Amino acid sequence: MKVLTANRLTDGEAVWFSPGKFWAETIAEADVVDDKAGEAELEAAGKAAFANNEVVDVELIDVELVDGDIRPIRLRERIRAAGPTNRLDLGKQARTAA
Amino acid sequence: MYRYDEFDTDFVNARVAEFTDQVDRRLAGEITEDQFRPLRLMNGVYLQLHAYMLRIAIPYGTLNTGQLRMLAHIARKYDKGYGHFTTRQNIQFNWPALSDIPAILADLASVEMHAIQTSGNCIRNVTADHFAGAAADEVADPRPYAEILRQWSSVHPEFSFLPRKFKIAVTGAERDRAAIQTHDIGLHLKKNAEGELGFAVYVGGGQGRTPMIAKKIRDFLPEKHLLSYATAILRVYNLYGRRDNKYKARIKILVHETGTEEFARQVEAEWEALKDNELTLPEADIQAINAYFAPPELTARPEGDQAVKLARLDSKSFADWVDQNVITHRHPDYAAVTISLKGIGEAPGDASDSQMEAVADIADQYAFGEIRVSHEQNLILPHVARADLKAVYDALVEIELATPNSGLITDIIACPGLDYCALANARSISVAQDISTRFADLTRQRDIGELKLKISGCINACGHHHVGHIGILGVEKKGAELYQVTLGGSADEHTSVGEIIGRGFGPDEITDAIETVVETYLAQRLDKSENFLAAYRRLGPAPFKEALYGGEAKAA
Ligand code: HEM
Ligand code: SF4
Repeated sequence: MKVLTANRLTDGEAVWFSPGKFWAETIAEADVVDDKAGEAELEAAGKAAFANNEVVDVELIDVELVDGDIRPIRLRERIRAAGPTNRLDLGKQARTAA
Repeated sequence: MYRYDEFDTDFVNARVAEFTDQVDRRLAGEITEDQFRPLRLMNGVYLQLHAYMLRIAIPYGTLNTGQLRMLAHIARKYDKGYGHFTTRQNIQFNWPALSDIPAILADLASVEMHAIQTSGNCIRNVTADHFAGAAADEVADPRPYAEILRQWSSVHPEFSFLPRKFKIAVTGAERDRAAIQTHDIGLHLKKNAEGELGFAVYVGGGQGRTPMIAKKIRDFLPEKHLLSYATAILRVYNLYGRRDNKYKARIKILVHETGTEEFARQVEAEWEALKDNELTLPEADIQAINAYFAPPELTARPEGDQAVKLARLDSKSFADWVDQNVITHRHPDYAAVTISLKGIGEAPGDASDSQMEAVADIADQYAFGEIRVSHEQNLILPHVARADLKAVYDALVEIELATPNSGLITDIIACPGLDYCALANARSISVAQDISTRFADLTRQRDIGELKLKISGCINACGHHHVGHIGILGVEKKGAELYQVTLGGSADEHTSVGEIIGRGFGPDEITDAIETVVETYLAQRLDKSENFLAAYRRLGPAPFKEALYGGEAKAA
């Protein structure tokens, strides 16, 4: 399973491509695909958004579903999705707590 | 300290205007990321995991209070209320929006600061001993020479596209507090038998994936030849340094592959042709730069001895702090103070906006308005009257910056690691926090004595792990964090690269492993005067391996 992630050009915010065809600020809203066709579609969307100067550092990443929540396989991506592990008051994790 | 002249001001302002235009064009979609990336890097703007990052140079680690207040202002207005002081005497902000960076750079320019040459294959921020101008053991202040190098290397047309990044460090004392032997060029300012100033010149040190100790290629270079000799070194490097492979492009590889003697010969030959040209520094110019670094007028404050004595009796915590964080000044009535940014369980090198402002206030009131940033990620007040130490201490307690751990095991260097850095394999900060918490007890820390623990989240070694007495390197193995331990490294005048002790440890094993290493040292040291590094050099790795891996090592 994969989702498409990037950083927004204007402020660097980590974002994920959502089924609504916009870049969401939380991974929970990401479009999860589990076949080649879905991946190709996401990749095309990523290329277009990069070319359109909406986002940078576009990447398809591996995820799994844990109790219905999208969880990246790599720690790096889990930290991107949440925020620094030493500062729970920063990053996306700070919003969910609020 | 150095003040910008008209040329400097115009130059920095012009760069702000240029980059502002570049950012505008990027945001308007007129230039692509591929075109923009090198431009933003030239101005210190990286992209990390969560956001952009801005790296700001603090030349030779010297700040005045107006500058520190501006950093606090930037942290508050454009970032998330804190900054990260790094091993390269820079500060990094982890959350700026690209669209705000032009405004940040304009604010910085107003206090004579910038982010130029904090990235890219050019000569980077020149670093120096953080006790420069204050240390009792200093021959002369190394900062004027660092400033001369900074002026010469700023947008130097010949040396702006080197094979790879280039780092220079300068120290003015026998005791090396600037880690000069881990730099591309390390300069040791000293006096010859005639009492003239000059440099021992080291070349080809570096960390990263191939750590190398710099080789001395000249024992004494008269000061006036500083720039011609540096030019000769850079020319040889620019000509012969490898551009085919990024991992072999640093000057350390060239020196290693060429051989020190042959490399030195090439430099000397190049220098022969250059040495008496316009790069020779006129005595008047050296004097003029020196004048900027004239020490503050340190009036006699002989009441300090008595004041410290009384305050010690009154407060054990003050006494602990004086013993650990205060060093001898060349003036007997004064001292240099280390403000630890290593609170127990805190992220090494981070300071909040209000802490920065409070430190600026303290420096204005008690320390002639001068602050230093050390490569060990602490702040320094270089000149404090001993009579004022208690007041300074009390003010630091108020802002939770009075941790008495300078040089001890909890004075950990750590890079941002996987909590921020896009290149990281593993976290560094969390490991530093765990170890710091485990060894929180001051009595135990002081019994362990001087111990330099350094952590990097990947082989780039930004956290200096190769030269830690104990080094920790984060790697990724099968998707999980794993930490390799190296022992016996050192970044002083007897620089050594640590040796990997054995298989790595998981995140919940690493603190235990460090404790095992420390306990082994305590059990095996001759006495308290033999510090960890000395004991390791005497004992070698065997007892540490045995303690860490025991039967497992024998079975293998
Ligand atoms: C976005 C964050 C960072 C990136 C992308 C980055 C990148 C790198 C890379 C690629 C190297 C290896 C260079 C080589 O071996 O040729 C390196 C080395 C180094 N970096 Fe960083 N770094 C970052 C943050 C830091 C920080 C926060 C510090 C200070 C705490 C730092 C200080 C150093 C030092 C001291 C070295 C090793 C010395 C040497 O150049 O040999 N870096 N960095
Ligand atoms: S050592 Fe690696 S993880 Fe740490 S800051 Fe440098 S590049 Fe990032």
